[in-house]
Order: sequence, then C-alpha cells, then structure tokens
Amino acid sequence: MGATIIEKIFSGRCRQDIRAGAVVMAPVDGAMIHDITGPLAIRKFYEMGGERVFDPRRIIMLFDHQIPADSIEAAKNHVYMRKFAAEQDIHNYDICEGVCHQVVMEKGHAAPGEIIVGADSHTCMYGAAGAFATGIGSTDMGFVLKFGALYFRVPESIRAEVNGRFGYRVGAKDLILSIAADIGADGATYKAIEFCGQTIGDLDMPGRMTCCNMAIEMGAKTGIVAPDQMTWDYVAQHREGIRPFALASDPDASYAGRRSYDISRLEPQVATPHNVDQGVPVGTVAGTHIDQVFIGSCTNGRFEDFFEAAEVLGIRKFSEKVRVIIIPASRDEYLKILRAGLIERFVAAGALVGAPSCGPCMGGAFGLLAPGEVSLSTSNRNFRGRQGSTEAEVYLCSAATAAASAVTGEITDPREV
Amino acid sequence: MRVWKFGDNIDTDAIIPGRFLTIYDEKELAQHAFEGTRDDFSRLAQDGDVIVAGRNFGCGSSREHAPLALKGAGIRFILAQSFARIFFRNAINVGLLPLVCPQTDAIKDGCSIIVKEREGIVIAEGREYAIEPVPEFMYSIVEAAGLVGYAKQLKEAPVCTKSRR
Repeated sequence: MGATIIEKIFSGRCRQDIRAGAVVMAPVDGAMIHDITGPLAIRKFYEMGGERVFDPRRIIMLFDHQIPADSIEAAKNHVYMRKFAAEQDIHNYDICEGVCHQVVMEKGHAAPGEIIVGADSHTCMYGAAGAFATGIGSTDMGFVLKFGALYFRVPESIRAEVNGRFGYRVGAKDLILSIAADIGADGATYKAIEFCGQTIGDLDMPGRMTCCNMAIEMGAKTGIVAPDQMTWDYVAQHREGIRPFALASDPDASYAGRRSYDISRLEPQVATPHNVDQGVPVGTVAGTHIDQVFIGSCTNGRFEDFFEAAEVLGIRKFSEKVRVIIIPASRDEYLKILRAGLIERFVAAGALVGAPSCGPCMGGAFGLLAPGEVSLSTSNRNFRGRQGSTEAEVYLCSAATAAASAVTGEITDPREV
Repeated sequence: MRVWKFGDNIDTDAIIPGRFLTIYDEKELAQHAFEGTRDDFSRLAQDGDVIVAGRNFGCGSSREHAPLALKGAGIRFILAQSFARIFFRNAINVGLLPLVCPQTDAIKDGCSIIVKEREGIVIAEGREYAIEPVPEFMYSIVEAAGLVGYAKQLKEAPVCTKSRR
C-alpha cells in the first residue's frame, strides 16, 4: 500500500515508515509564536524548566494581532516577548513585517517535507509550501520551544480533487468556501486535506495559501498541496539552498475520504453568519445591508486580492454608507500594492488603508462591530462575536465580492458591477 | 455538579472573546467566559460543574485561554459528541479532561451529573450514559496537572529519530 504525502513527510522526518494513526514524537523544523499565544508559551517553557530554547534559528517570533500595541496590557506582552527573544537569541520580526502566516511564507520559514508548528490555528496555511504545518496551543508550544519536538497523531488524509476553470471573478476563496460548505465545520476533524487536481495545479501560490489556510475551518489538522514546479520556485525565491525532490502521495495511497469538485459553474460564494460552513452563492444573500467591509487577513490580504479588488472598483468610489478597511497581510504585500498605485486608488475611493496586521479579524484590537452591525470580510471566520459584538453579524467572501459590495453598499455579485 | 448545556460548534471566540486575550490568569479569564453568548455562566458556574455539548466543541482559534477560562470557572470535565482537535489537546495540556459521549443530546441543561470517568460512564437524572475510554497517557498528563508537569520529568524528548519504537 502506498503512502500519502503526510505519511511521507512524517516517515522522512522520523526516518522510519510511519502511517496514519501512529502517535509519534516527531522533530519540529520550525516554530512560530505571536503576541497573543506567545507570552503563555514562554511562561510554559519556563515552567517546564526550560533554560535555553532547542534551536533559536528555528524559532520565529513576531507581533501581528495587537499592533501597534492597542492597550497597556498588549504593550507589556510585547515587552515580555522582546526580552525573551533577546535572551534566547531568537529573531524577532516585531511589529513591522505583518501577519504571521504570510511572513513565514515570505521569509522562507516553510519548505516541502518540513514539519512546522505555530501557536495559531491558521498555521495550516504553509501546506501551500508542501510542509506539514499545524496550529498548536501555548503549552504544546512551550514543549516545542524546550525540546524541538512534539507528539503528533499522524492524520489520515481526505483527497479533495478539483477540476475545471474558474468563471469570471470566481477564485480560490469561492472554492474553499464551497468546499467548507460541503465537508462541514467538523467534517475533516483530525485529518489532513490534500488539495489536488488540475484547478489546484493551475492555481497561483496566493490561491493555494487561501485554500490551505482555511483547512482548519473544517476541523482539519492541516491542508496541503503536493509541491510542484511553482512551489519549488516560490520556496527557492524565499530561501537559499533549496533543492527540489519528489514529494507526492502514491497513486495507491489510502485515504479517509475522497471528494471531487468541478468548479466550472461555481458562483461567487458567501459564508453566512455564524459558521464558516454556511456558504451560499452570492445571489442568495445579494442586497443584504452591510456597515463595514474588511479586505485583508492571512486568508486574503495579498497583492493578488487587492489587485482584484481594484479591478472591480475601477474608477468608482466606495459607497459612503460603508466603512471600507483595507489591510495588507505583510510589509512586502503592502509595498507591492503601494508601488502598483493601488493604495492611492483605495484611499481616493474612500477606504481606510491600515498597516499590515490581523486587523478586525482578531476581534480585539480595532475595527470592531457594534450590536446590530454587519460586516463583509475576506478573512476566515464569521463566528458570533468574532469581529466585536456578539450581536453583530459577519459574512465571508472573496476580495472581488467584498469590493463589489463596498461599491454598492450591500452584498453584491462581483460579476454584476 | 450541574450541567451547563451547549449546542454544536461552540467556538473558542464564544468561550473567550478576542478582546480578553491579554489575560492569562485562569480565574480572571473565567470572569469573561462565554461573555455575550451565555452571560450567566461566569456568574453561576461552580467548582465541579460539567459542560455538556454537541459536536465539534472548541472549534476555531488555538487560544489556550479557552480551556483555561473554563478551568478557572471550576470546570473539570467537558462532555461532547466530538471535539475540535486543537482545543482537545489544549484542554488535556491544562489539566481539563475532554470526554467523548455520543448521547449528550439526552442530557438536560441544569440537571445534576456525576462523572465516573474511570468506569466510562456519567449519570444524569438517574440515567447512565457511556463515555469513550480515555487513553492512559491522557490521564498521566491530566494527573501531572497538564503537560508542564509531564515535561518537567523529561530530560530530553523521546524523539522517534533517536530510538525506534
């Protein structure tokens, strides 16, 4: 019986044949901590008797959720983490680089075949780089900081094969929202989702990141795309010394489930409150009143998203009835849209453009919603209270749908503006 | 030992909203548990109370503040038909036992409950419900008051590259 890509990654890193279901103490190639879960991870590291971290070069620290510090408590957490970074010789990107997951990808901290953990649930995004990457809690992270290893139950995989060409103004976010609606919020619990098929092969790296990022919204331990030329090119651009090798599931690998999707007729999707798996074609909710539009986050805060938003916007202005908040996912993405003249266009059209951060997606820093308000967001979660009041509502969509809706002031099909 | 009954897909934003994540003390976190979605919980929950929920309890963010807030409120056991993966690990790591019980639909909010985790049953309103057996290593972590106690006993991690199983 052949092996899945996930089984191959674990077998490679553990130097023995490992199959799904096995519980192994596996070495960790990279660990990421940020300002929300990091302070507790550091405390746990010390409580475990930690003195020196396992390997400072394999640890990435940055602040993205509450930046610039939005409270004295947040500022104190930042100070605590900076002190730890200095003491342990860990590279700290601090507040300047952007959202953790985008930064990990851009700075070459994830590569095919590696095992990466992050103290954040959307760590699964690095599956787009062909890594096994998963989110863990602070105590698990304390353990990783000390030992450079962690217990894993090697997950079974669900094979999601996607074929067909996207229609006009339909893309990766619409695809992943429709897959989430199909698989359900807990349909992939404890499993890996392996995205494959012609559509995934044709998808650019940002699109693959969007898909892998949201694997957690189906309960998955990770999402992954087997590395191809595009992956290797991307990784080689961001890390020196990368040499491609073959890494893919065998044709006779055993899967926990197989799903296939033909996206040629897929319409733009919107996830309705208050669960990510409640996706519907945009027409179903067209005309819904919105108070705020957020284009950004680790899911859809890249140049390609803003380029698409700008294309939809054209020479118009955003509706005066809607607050439009645009936040690039990283400094690099910010520079790209700045140089392309998009920031000027967004600001002239009436948007507020912020510095790279998690923004309203985190629901604790800024851009919060009042009771009764409605947000349309390109981020990844629409749970009750996610962006502020528990009496507010959050809808999720692509950058194209967000931009179209920001122009009209209500949820709008991007193909119709 | 009262039951606090919840439905399906209870997410970590509901358990502890994002604006309280600068707090790390479990008692202080407990004051904001379920704030805005179930406000009586933080006022009335008592030591030894049990959370009983449907499917996918603890989905969403990796914030360990969620199991900490419940632990701070006095919860020792959570019964659900299923748990989200990261929450499940986090709960064990902070010394809170997540128990899988397929029949939680039959258990009512506010009723009294006795958990006999070693015997694999819970008793609510005179009726017994089966819970899935808990692997022994989970007890060893919970009984060491979480992964921290376990980690303290280790000089180095038994990484599988060093010694074959």
